[in-house]
Amino acid sequence: MSLPTTLRRVVKRDIGGGLLVLVIGTAAAVTAENYTIGSVQNMGAGFFPFSIGVFLAIVGFLIAIVGLIKNETQPASVASEWRGWACIAIGIASFVVLGQYGGLVPATFSVVFISALGDRRNTVISAAALAAVAVVIAGVIFWWALKIPFPLFHWGVA
Amino acid sequence: MIGQTLHDLWLGFGVALEPHNLLWSFVGVLLGNLIGVLPGMGALSAISILLPLTYTMHLIPAILMLAGIFYGSQYGGAIGAILLNLPCHPSHAVTCIDGYKLTKAGKGGTALGITMLASFFAASVGIIVMIVASPLLVKIAFDFGPAEIFAIMLLGLLCGATMSRGSKLKGLAMTGLGLLIGCVGTDVNSGTARYTFGFVELSDKVELVALALGLFGVAEFLRNVNQFAEIGKMAKVRFRDMRPSASEIKQALPAILRGTFIGTLFGALPGTGPTITTFVALALESKIGKNRKKIGTGIVEGVASPEAASHSKTQVDFIPTMSLGIPGDPVMALLLGALMIQGVQPGPQLVNMHADLFWGLIASFWVGNVILILLNVPLIGVWVKLLRIPYQYLYPTALFFISIGVYSTNNSLFEVGEVLVFGVMGAIFAFFEFPVAPILLGYVLGPMVEENFRRSLMLSNGNFNIFYEHPIALSFLGVCGFLVCVQLISTFISYARRGARQQNASA
Repeated sequence: MSLPTTLRRVVKRDIGGGLLVLVIGTAAAVTAENYTIGSVQNMGAGFFPFSIGVFLAIVGFLIAIVGLIKNETQPASVASEWRGWACIAIGIASFVVLGQYGGLVPATFSVVFISALGDRRNTVISAAALAAVAVVIAGVIFWWALKIPFPLFHWGVA
Repeated sequence: MIGQTLHDLWLGFGVALEPHNLLWSFVGVLLGNLIGVLPGMGALSAISILLPLTYTMHLIPAILMLAGIFYGSQYGGAIGAILLNLPCHPSHAVTCIDGYKLTKAGKGGTALGITMLASFFAASVGIIVMIVASPLLVKIAFDFGPAEIFAIMLLGLLCGATMSRGSKLKGLAMTGLGLLIGCVGTDVNSGTARYTFGFVELSDKVELVALALGLFGVAEFLRNVNQFAEIGKMAKVRFRDMRPSASEIKQALPAILRGTFIGTLFGALPGTGPTITTFVALALESKIGKNRKKIGTGIVEGVASPEAASHSKTQVDFIPTMSLGIPGDPVMALLLGALMIQGVQPGPQLVNMHADLFWGLIASFWVGNVILILLNVPLIGVWVKLLRIPYQYLYPTALFFISIGVYSTNNSLFEVGEVLVFGVMGAIFAFFEFPVAPILLGYVLGPMVEENFRRSLMLSNGNFNIFYEHPIALSFLGVCGFLVCVQLISTFISYARRGARQQNASA
């Protein structure tokens, strides 16, 4: 009774995705109950989000059901790539943090440096070199030429 | 009346071709184009960054330059969308679908050439329509009440949801999710903060640019990291591939015509932005186009039709923006703001009181589009070189441009964080094989759908008959119902066929 691996993964995807939508919809509808729902004549702030939430829950449920009864074979399209994922996410997060506590130069350096390390072909040196180039671009194009209000170095709450 | 119009237009060309006005137009197009090409920087960020420059300028050069920045960056944005799958202006989101596939197939240059042709043609038609039909279109636009706008938006949402390949249910789910994201922020009617999770920054809605770049840019990098070396490497970009061949132009032509038609039609409707227009154009193309089955696999029609639609829409859009003061999308709203800063009150009086501005602007559209073509024919080769950058350098640099581009839209680091959240969300849904483009559509239309739905039911005291009593609204709703029925029937038929085939196979 065991399904082939690829098949099982596809089936799981529809069910997983459907359930995810179901959960989001339910959460949205439940949250919307805190806002005034009102009536059709006089809709409150919660009416529209509540309806959307219910709609999402139903559609999510249907997707999961279709996933259960459908048996299509399709291999998984993306392999796990935790290093790349983590580096990209941490890179952007570091831009936010260092943008606040550091300034444009450290923020630029860290977003490029950290996310570049996510690619296996990059070494620490090549990532640092790329980050240095980006810092120059940031300084010349954005800070000097376009004059965006983002100090090169600063500390604390802007 | 036409004679008067032509006379005004002639004066307008006089204004637009005055050397210093022409110069500022050129500067605008050039800057807009250069900024628009940077991944993460679209028309919205280009105009917001350069807006302060115009404060000290005279009214007409200022507006001409801003308009130049606008279509320069719009075209520049198409470059990013096609070559790097980065839609900086949400209206390019659907262009990405086929455009990026073309790039992956080594035909990025062709796609750019087709885009240029499509936009020039569509913009020209849009300008002509704007000149000839403005009074008429303004009159039609006045007939559109909340019920009509709600109906047309519902149609747009349905088209967008069912346009994507694969499961229509998944498309619907993503549209719903987009509507939900559109609810985030302060409710206009009651002032209630919805889904802000305690963040003050969210009370002013989710940032559109952050959403678009997260869903398409960051999510794409998350999916592609370590998957391949070079975008262009999958197929070699040869020099002669850069210009579209005659047969490709012929293939794209009907799509350009249909896209232009859709764009012109939607242009007159206040409140319908270019994003919905491009979605409808591509949806139409995937329903009645000659190669409708292949839409989404990387064919020139998939680029030509939405780009033509958005450019003709954009031109015609100036009618409600200038004469009614109703902007169709955030960019138009910015331009409107620029006009008001200069002390010009948009509205029905504008055409009479500032005839030189209005007609000068129209004439400069043409001039500007010619400049754009002259500028980009030699530059296509340069843009295509972008693809030769190894992926290991490309994506970190692009992430930097995205971060700073989003930051510069509102000078807010919080919105850079939004990019990350939406990037992860987009990657998760892409993993579950959901189409992400409808999220954007739902987000853009959501607030307007809600507002017009609430307003129309308020007008009718909660009576749904308001939608039956307005013929325009009713016909749009009828098309919606028709679409749903067609979808259900075709799903049913395909299931029945599959069932029959399986029975045959087992027999």
